[in-house]
Amino acid sequence: MATNTQIPVEVPIEDQRAPVIEPGHTFSTIGEKVSNIVMKRPVSLGWVFGFLVMFSLTNMLLMAMGYLFLKGTGIWGITIPIGWGFAIINFVWWIGIGHAGTLISAILALLRQSWRNSINRFAEAMTLFAVACAGIFPLIHTGRPWLAYWMFPYPNSMNYWPQFRSPLIWDVFAVSTYGTISLVFWFVGLIPDLATMRDRAEKPAIRRIFGMLAMGWRGSARHWHRYETAYLLLAGLATPLVLSVHTVVSFDFAVSIVPGWHTTIFPPYFVAGAIYSGFAMVLCLAIPIRAVYSMEDFITMRHLENSGKVMLATGLIVAYGYGIEAFMGWYSGNTFDSFLLWNRLHGPYAPWYWSLLASNIFIPQLLWLKKFRTSTFWLWVISLIVLVGMWLERFIIIVVSLHRDFLNSAWGMYYPTKWDWMTYIGTIGMFLTLMWLFVRVLPMVSIAELRTLLPEAHVHEAEEVHK
Amino acid sequence: MDENNKLQGGPDVCPGKRKQLDLQTVKEQIEETTGPEYWRSLEELAGSDEFREMMHREFPKGASEWLDAFSRRGFLKTMGASLALAGLTGCTKLPLTEIVPYVKQPENLIPGKPMYYATAFTLGGYASPILVESHMFRPTKIEGNPDHPASLGGTDVYAQASLLDLYDPDRAQNITYMGDVRSWTAFTEAVRGPMAAQKGIAGGGVRILTQTVSSPTLAGQIRDYLKANPQAKWHVYEPINRDNVNEGAKMAFGEVVETRYDLSKADVIVSLDADFLYAGFPGNTRYIRDFAAKRNPDAEMNRLYVVESTPSSTGMKADHRLSMIAWDIEKVAKSLAAALSIKVGDIGLRPEEFNFVGAVAADLVKHRGSSVLVAGDHQSPVVHALVHVMNDALGNVDKTVFYTDPVDANPVNRNQSLHELVEDIRGGKVDLLLILGGNPVYDAPAELEFASALKSNAIALKVYLGTHSNETAELCQWHVNEAHYLEAWSDARAYDGTVSIVQPLIDPLYGGKSVHEIIAILSGQTGVSGHDLVQGYWQKQHMGADFESFWRKALHDGWIADTALAPKRAKSELARLGLSEVGMLGTGVRPRDLFELNFRRDPSIYDGRFANNGWLQELPKPLTKLTWDNPVMIGPAMASRMKLNFKDVVELEFQGKKVKGPIWIQAGHPDNMVTVFLGYGRTRSGRAGTGAGHNVYPLRTSQAPWFASGVKLTPTGETYNLASTQGYQAMETPDGSERPLVMERDLEEYKKDPNFAKEGETPKELSLYPPVDYSKETYNWGMAIDLNACVGCNNCIVACQSENNIAVVGQEQTLKGRHMHWIRVDAYYQGPRENPKGHFQPVPCMQCENAPCELVCPVGATTHSSEGLNDMVYNRCIGTRYCSNNCPYKVRRFNFLLFQDWETPQYKMMRNPDVTIRSRGVMEKCTYCVQRINESKIDAERNDTVIEDGKLQTACQQSCPANAIVFGNINDPNSAVNKWKAQARNYSLLGELNTRPRTTYLAEVRNPNPELKTARSAG
Repeated sequence: MATNTQIPVEVPIEDQRAPVIEPGHTFSTIGEKVSNIVMKRPVSLGWVFGFLVMFSLTNMLLMAMGYLFLKGTGIWGITIPIGWGFAIINFVWWIGIGHAGTLISAILALLRQSWRNSINRFAEAMTLFAVACAGIFPLIHTGRPWLAYWMFPYPNSMNYWPQFRSPLIWDVFAVSTYGTISLVFWFVGLIPDLATMRDRAEKPAIRRIFGMLAMGWRGSARHWHRYETAYLLLAGLATPLVLSVHTVVSFDFAVSIVPGWHTTIFPPYFVAGAIYSGFAMVLCLAIPIRAVYSMEDFITMRHLENSGKVMLATGLIVAYGYGIEAFMGWYSGNTFDSFLLWNRLHGPYAPWYWSLLASNIFIPQLLWLKKFRTSTFWLWVISLIVLVGMWLERFIIIVVSLHRDFLNSAWGMYYPTKWDWMTYIGTIGMFLTLMWLFVRVLPMVSIAELRTLLPEAHVHEAEEVHK
Repeated sequence: MDENNKLQGGPDVCPGKRKQLDLQTVKEQIEETTGPEYWRSLEELAGSDEFREMMHREFPKGASEWLDAFSRRGFLKTMGASLALAGLTGCTKLPLTEIVPYVKQPENLIPGKPMYYATAFTLGGYASPILVESHMFRPTKIEGNPDHPASLGGTDVYAQASLLDLYDPDRAQNITYMGDVRSWTAFTEAVRGPMAAQKGIAGGGVRILTQTVSSPTLAGQIRDYLKANPQAKWHVYEPINRDNVNEGAKMAFGEVVETRYDLSKADVIVSLDADFLYAGFPGNTRYIRDFAAKRNPDAEMNRLYVVESTPSSTGMKADHRLSMIAWDIEKVAKSLAAALSIKVGDIGLRPEEFNFVGAVAADLVKHRGSSVLVAGDHQSPVVHALVHVMNDALGNVDKTVFYTDPVDANPVNRNQSLHELVEDIRGGKVDLLLILGGNPVYDAPAELEFASALKSNAIALKVYLGTHSNETAELCQWHVNEAHYLEAWSDARAYDGTVSIVQPLIDPLYGGKSVHEIIAILSGQTGVSGHDLVQGYWQKQHMGADFESFWRKALHDGWIADTALAPKRAKSELARLGLSEVGMLGTGVRPRDLFELNFRRDPSIYDGRFANNGWLQELPKPLTKLTWDNPVMIGPAMASRMKLNFKDVVELEFQGKKVKGPIWIQAGHPDNMVTVFLGYGRTRSGRAGTGAGHNVYPLRTSQAPWFASGVKLTPTGETYNLASTQGYQAMETPDGSERPLVMERDLEEYKKDPNFAKEGETPKELSLYPPVDYSKETYNWGMAIDLNACVGCNNCIVACQSENNIAVVGQEQTLKGRHMHWIRVDAYYQGPRENPKGHFQPVPCMQCENAPCELVCPVGATTHSSEGLNDMVYNRCIGTRYCSNNCPYKVRRFNFLLFQDWETPQYKMMRNPDVTIRSRGVMEKCTYCVQRINESKIDAERNDTVIEDGKLQTACQQSCPANAIVFGNINDPNSAVNKWKAQARNYSLLGELNTRPRTTYLAEVRNPNPELKTARSAG
């Protein structure tokens, strides 16, 4: 890789592609540019307005939850036979979105995809916030949320453990582990940047806060050495989690006997779907942020295009999943499975199934064309469509499978109520509130890692090798 | 508050000396204030001694002194207040009152052990003999009296649900005069003067209006009064009456007779629009038992032909069903008579109808003496007369058909009787009108305009006796709150004439009075108790010496021996003459271009009297599975022709009167016919009944009490959601494939391949886990349900609701699919929508051996017991609903909201103390009545034995008049359940899922006539 001492590494090899960082930057310009967003940039009216909107949506979530605790899950549209509705749909959706961050940080780090450096921080933050949103739902969807802690194995006077055969218990472990590792990984990655912020801070109070968070980082070689080791180890730890979380989530369905849930393809298909929606969310947020905070130098078209490619690839895996489901419905000869297929295509929720196919399979095929891959507008629109599509996918899996299962006599329909919508939109509000705060409070791209992308960083390395 | 307490003194205040407070006053005080003041005033209230005294009366005079049917909002407000009050008492010092246990325990009373008393429930004059379970003198459950020939353990839905009426918080709780509370003495005083005045004119201005009376005591009392006051008159009215039956009998025999059938000897049964397998038909409980017993395909199986208009559960059980408008059934009756060589007039029948009639006639002739024809109560007198003649010609009389004197003590024509009363009122001849029960303002024939007649000022004194302050009570000056039959003494006759003594199980909750006591007042007897009146009557009747032991035996057994009406040989003149005269009598030519309007009693709330009964309102009607509403029912052909769909609201116009209602398209409903159901649209019923459904009585006249041509249907463009508990009723899925849910074959096919139902069964070794070994256990529970016997009568649902304290959720929640019934009866249709086959399938929890629900519960709240039960641990449940999602039978029910009424004091008395009241957020389901299992086990263990097979019955099994459910110990090789499960017809529902259900089904077998090629023919 680093054989040429004269020329920066990436440029001549792949001159066709956009660079991962625009030319003209030095260590200090990067530090300045990123930290200035937090330190110097005045709070704009637009930011305040957006924050207020998102914050009021968050309060709507709290209100919806308050009423829920007061009355019970009956305020939602769920019923018998559709025992799970928006809550579980949203849970799976948010968890799926929460896959992109760790995938970008951990797997791409292990694969030495250095282009990830400029988007990983913010993807990780997004992951954390998405997992936080997801985590709300398993708790509040229970009939008696004040007893939901019974799902944790803890020593108790009842001398009774959770029932470990239930996938919901696996879920508890998978999601809580994932949340913890993501948080630690994110924080460890933040430490050098927090030190940079500390050093650049002008107000003593802010310096003090960043100073505490930086945990005494001085940037010594030993620090860097330990930091790199820890980061790599955490990346190694997080990597299997990316795959396991959604696999376990898919077990909630695959382990059951409900037609439409009981299929072996669910784990890979869920993981692919999760990454699909995760990258869609990354694009959905990166494109406007990059424009607003003039980060085009760091989040370049290269990043956007790569994300588009990942979406295209995972979208095709998801399409394969749909295909196999349909094929099995026909091939198995099982009357319940074949009816499920019929019901998806022709039943009362058929329009939603067709919209799902359009938004998850047909429309994203535009990404084959460079024109769409390199247009921020189209990328943004397509990623938004994919996000809706992935939400619909969970709706189809959960509601459409449940509403007409084995006994014709027990069929029903699901009609979400305003409380369902308020809770769902409320979590979007909460997610965006946290994002809003994040971009103003912490360096949204990793200064330290971005610096490694500069030619300077590589020259030293190259020279060393040459000696 | 504490301050107040101090100020007002300690607990030693003598409550009796102070003014008594009641809920009514509290309610009024609360209603006067709003907002923060409201709460403050509550606290002030709580400080007062009167108030504390009221709170400490065991049952706050209950909810007692609610005068009027209050608004729902007002109710909630008051309930909210009592909630707050409950909190207040928690921090108020209790007065020092001594609690004394029984010094002398009442005889036989063991706390925790229920006692059973025999009594009888009466509907339309016919008594259903029942046993009432009583916990600490509170009736908690109603079951059939197993020793009584009219019950044999079964009951009907109305009898069982009448328990809820006893505890109905909306019951009238006072005697009122023009809405103001009065005492019983005040009432007797008020009546005395006018009665004395009437004496002078021999009671000329006195009119008594009752419902159907079969009570010998009451009839005796009224007759005695009429003897003393010969000018007084006794009128009888009930909207669901047997006028046509009686007119038909008069036509055939010249007198009113009671017709009774013995279906245990009937091999061929022909029903002409008679729904004799559903509650409301006199004797239905016994008929179901006898009918079902003859449905065993391994023995001599009976054959049922049904010719009917409005589809009924009887029709769905038929081996051959002919569907036609009600008018045309007379033609079938005539041609059937003709085919039996009885001379009748000329009839034009369509070819398929003709084939049908020919085959039926041949079958009947083949089974002379062992066949029976039954006509529906709403069919014309001509049909009834023809049926009598045909039964006679077939030699069925005294073999399968018996005639006795009428059970009805005063079998006058109801419509005519009410007509006469209204004429007298309008003519100013009525000074004193006593309406004893019923609700004629709501349900009298429309043309009488009974309400306006009743408003007449010419009537000096109007007295209404009734349990509820209903539409009629509103228009009477005096309303005496009637005692519920479980609170009062009376007697009544069952369909066979056997007299049951109706004995009270509890003192009247609100001091209600019985009809006997009112009549006693009329006759000038004051201070005579209902008990004395009833006992006095029987003392006079009893010829033998030892009255005391006679009386005790009658009370203990639930009936008086040898009171069944003896069969008599009713001589039919017409039978000898041939029927040409009757044949010519027909009702003329029906105009073909107009739709026929049919009135039917509602399967759940009857004529409207059960409108405020939540159990019955929420009881899915046998075919439509509708709750809380009555539809305008039409057939599929008419719907597609008129482009009408479910939810569409139509306007019915009949003889100038208009009524609006939502459409229900019923499979098997004849074309060109509309059926509407009575009993809904009550304006003063209570919190459950008021406003539910639409009232069709305004269309009903005494000329056309059951059906008539000439109704016009106009779509209004409005829509309305009907709450059905089963949205999809075909076994064929919309993609065209059919699911083997109810397995069914014809008798011939069954004989060839008895194991046909076992297609889906899986081998035992299919699970990864080793099978659990139950052989070491004493008990290993299992259930089997005979689909051939089940007639869809819904008894199991009400029995389960009562036994297991199941909540009523209301129309809105039912619309969302959140009804709570632990057992449901699925109704499926198969074949052409114009005339499909019907199937009923009761579905309780299957108690699967490989239960999918147990596997997925994260907290282990549903687990297997050592006796194979799939137990539900409410305390442990956190409500993820995963178990329900994974239950292929969808028998689990979730408390989405707080469905149970935890507040109403009356309901607290009613509940089964052996079953937990579930709170919100918890899953629940059928437990195989685990409380009964444990009770029996404890009893058996104490005696060092095991539970005897058949001694332990689940509530559904106990209530089933068809004996379609059997429950027991699979480990006992001789148990009935083992024998059933060993039958060839035994199969597991969705057996291919390898859930290994413990509840299995015996497949259905039909017995069609080989001569009739198509089992179903459309009319």
